[in-house]
Amino acid sequence: MDLHRIKVQVNGKTYEREVESRRTLADFLRMDLSLTGTHLGCEHGVCGACTVLLNGNTARACLTLAVQADQCEITTIEGLAHADGTLSVLQQAFQECHGLQCGFCTPGMLTTLTELLNENLSPTDAQVREAISGNLCRCTGYQAIVDAALLAAQKLRDQRV
Amino acid sequence: MNNHQEDSLLPNARPEQFIGSRMQRTEDHLLLQGLGKYVDDIPLTNVLYSAFVRSPHGHAKIVSIDISKASQLPGVHKIYLFKDLPESAQTRLPILVPNPSIKHLMMQEVLVSKEVCCVGDAVAFVVADNRYIAEDACNLIDIEYEILPVVADCLKALDANSPSFFSGIPNNLAAQLNVNFGEVDSGFSQAAHVVQEVFWNNRGSAHPMETRGYAAEYHHATGQLTIWSSGQTPHLEKKNLIDLLKWDPEFIRIIHNDVGGGFGPKAIFYPEEAMVAIAAHDLRRPVKWIEDRREHFYTATQERDQWWDISIALDANAKILAMKIDMTHDNGAYLPWGIITPYIGVTTTPGPYVIPAIDVNLKVVYTNKNATSPVRGAGRPQAVFAMERILDKAARQLGIDRAEIRRRNFIQPEQMPYNNGFIYRDGKPMVYDSGDYPQCQAIALEKIAYDDFPARKAAALKEGRYLGIGIANFVEGTGLGPFEGATVRVQQTGRITILTSASSQGQGHKTTFMQICADQLQVPLEMIDVITADTNAISMGIGTFASRVTVNAGNSVFLASQKVAEKVKGLAAFLMQTRVDNIQLLDAHAITIDDPSKKKSFAELARVSQGMPGFSFPEGVTNGLESTEYFAPSQSAYCNGTAAVEIELDRDTCQINIVKYVMTHDSGNLINPLLVDGQVQGSIAHGIGNSTLEDMQYDDQAQPITTNFGEYLLPMATDVPKAEMYHLNSPSPLNPLGVKGAGEGGTIPAAAAIVAAIEDAISDTGIFLTQAPMTPPRLFEILKKAGAYATST
Repeated sequence: MDLHRIKVQVNGKTYEREVESRRTLADFLRMDLSLTGTHLGCEHGVCGACTVLLNGNTARACLTLAVQADQCEITTIEGLAHADGTLSVLQQAFQECHGLQCGFCTPGMLTTLTELLNENLSPTDAQVREAISGNLCRCTGYQAIVDAALLAAQKLRDQRV
Repeated sequence: MNNHQEDSLLPNARPEQFIGSRMQRTEDHLLLQGLGKYVDDIPLTNVLYSAFVRSPHGHAKIVSIDISKASQLPGVHKIYLFKDLPESAQTRLPILVPNPSIKHLMMQEVLVSKEVCCVGDAVAFVVADNRYIAEDACNLIDIEYEILPVVADCLKALDANSPSFFSGIPNNLAAQLNVNFGEVDSGFSQAAHVVQEVFWNNRGSAHPMETRGYAAEYHHATGQLTIWSSGQTPHLEKKNLIDLLKWDPEFIRIIHNDVGGGFGPKAIFYPEEAMVAIAAHDLRRPVKWIEDRREHFYTATQERDQWWDISIALDANAKILAMKIDMTHDNGAYLPWGIITPYIGVTTTPGPYVIPAIDVNLKVVYTNKNATSPVRGAGRPQAVFAMERILDKAARQLGIDRAEIRRRNFIQPEQMPYNNGFIYRDGKPMVYDSGDYPQCQAIALEKIAYDDFPARKAAALKEGRYLGIGIANFVEGTGLGPFEGATVRVQQTGRITILTSASSQGQGHKTTFMQICADQLQVPLEMIDVITADTNAISMGIGTFASRVTVNAGNSVFLASQKVAEKVKGLAAFLMQTRVDNIQLLDAHAITIDDPSKKKSFAELARVSQGMPGFSFPEGVTNGLESTEYFAPSQSAYCNGTAAVEIELDRDTCQINIVKYVMTHDSGNLINPLLVDGQVQGSIAHGIGNSTLEDMQYDDQAQPITTNFGEYLLPMATDVPKAEMYHLNSPSPLNPLGVKGAGEGGTIPAAAAIVAAIEDAISDTGIFLTQAPMTPPRLFEILKKAGAYATST
């Protein structure tokens, strides 16, 4: 079997594993590291549920091979809460605004919006919608997700002052 | 009437009353950290993975299957063909909802024995160390097919010279039904106006973001088999497995943990669930199958492909006298949910209007396409499309306003309860229990500034922009029986447990049930645990579909909680030697009203109620602080609503932009308005998909040609606007909580209202639109044919 040794940092923790070339990053996270918070909704790169942060940038874990993540820093939904276990501002805003129903698209929504808020703390409604236009949600009709992102941005701005 | 702008309350906040409060969900904390346990997340030691080999043809005979190469692949544990199934499973699946009008019943086999009838039919099942190997093995299995003639068009399927979709059934008519009431012929003979049209809705699928999936584990210690499923109907799944596999019911347990959306198709019992159960039992190792998205396009049931030929007779004042409907339902190849979907459709047609007479001829037709069963809305969106569009056409023909023709025909609130004339899908006369339909439309029109629209449209036109407005009303039978149950139990720890069979796919049932229970027992939400969808938790159940859970399970929780409260008070009164009416409940304690220093905790009372070994209870004390109730509604509770939509159309690209979407909605009392708003907004998004985007296409060989999210478009965040929502409150008199279903109302009128708005935006062309979805390519073709681009292209 064609195996490669890779070293990754996931949510601040270092892992070294042997993986097959064809193993996807999503399967690597879910099965080899038991980080099942990253979800697979379509496995062809459209739905965005599997989105993770790869060196700070969003990436589809279903279309990324584990070997491509060698020497990378990865953040998954499991790494978004504060170190003490309390929810991040964005996660809290999702709860407050009812930004999730079944919760299956939520990991990708949170990682994508984390990237957005890292880049822009004052997004408009349209910018939030544009940012998550690569993330499908079948439950919420998106409005509560947009509300949550705008509320989180507001709270993060307030924290800065 | 409530708007939905208030802040939501933390789960641990203590409102005066939990029922009716906008509580944040208790479910969210784990899900937001990626700690949910969806079926593919459940850790199972030594689990094997699996994949199916599926038919690439719409209709074919299996000539030969060669698995020799595949079985030699390292890592493959077993390959199953039809002949390898247990004898009892070498048959077709049981039908979930039989009906005497079904002429020829066709159900799936667990694996196909001889003849495939649909692209995606499962022919072989591979179990391997991992999914990569299982899929490699699938590619090594050689199947020779003899291709048979295909039935791809439901309208041609009943021609005398049409091929059969399956060689075991002589023609393609699955069921034929006539339902009628009133004097239809005299209605038409007295009519001042008759308006007729043929409408078509295409099929789409539910597409929950989590596909289907099953994991099964055989427990060596007990001989029991547990199946985790991403489903909607745990007890129905169990019932079907028992029927199919002839297993002892006490040795099968179905659990739904977190489920990533359902919307209808997950209520069906599928061959894959039986196959996974069989393999786990046979191999004595856990087996898991997770559907991929392409398989979901092939095999998860779909809906909406119907042709409606509808005629309406009106008097000189535009009051409806009678209607005739010929409806043809493209059923696809199998009938898992019987003829429920088309039946709901035709009986939904009258909606909020007084219609003295209707005659419906319904034909359910087999084709070699994927099977159909309810998808959010369940036949109603097509009925509302036909009814509301024919009213629009009548308004145009008679030269009166679209809102006005509806006003003239509304059932008035003082006519409630109102029998619309049909027998509903629940077997009972369709008696609308409550609602104010004229008011519902009036609010929607006011909020969208309907009266001012002509001025807006004219002003926009001067700038070269095309605006359109559309409205649609609906009445929806929700809360269907027969029952759902709940056990409410005070544990010896003092915590409360609610157990119910109703499974959640994201609706927030746990929070809803907690709110109902907390008010009865006067405990905070954090003292309550909820277990849903475990067949070992409660002996009977049906499942989650037809907007039925709050009505059925919610009222069971309510009644059981009240009984437990009575038991707690009775026991506390006995122990503290006082009258029951001197006891009040507060914060998980029973307290004497005349002396608040005297109290007993729930924990203490629960222990007493469990007794001491060998000692008899004193008179008046019974065992356990628990109660199980099965609320069985006498009939459906009828929710209603109005959608009013203003759009702008770009005629060059045929893209629409929704300028404003207003939804007035009446689902009776709201347990948690935050969650109801979420349901309505979400179901509107699904309706927007059905209106302009979601277009499941097959070629003339019944080959699906939209099988990924690039070819089949789901609504994105940029397609769905914020819906302005207004809740009316007409409590249902038919259940103690006064609730009605709320999960589908947004979807049901959407296509009718949006397509009407598009049509209004091209009103200068005189085109009448009869189809949904009205995708940009479809609209472009219609405009082109009508010569709308004659000068510009």
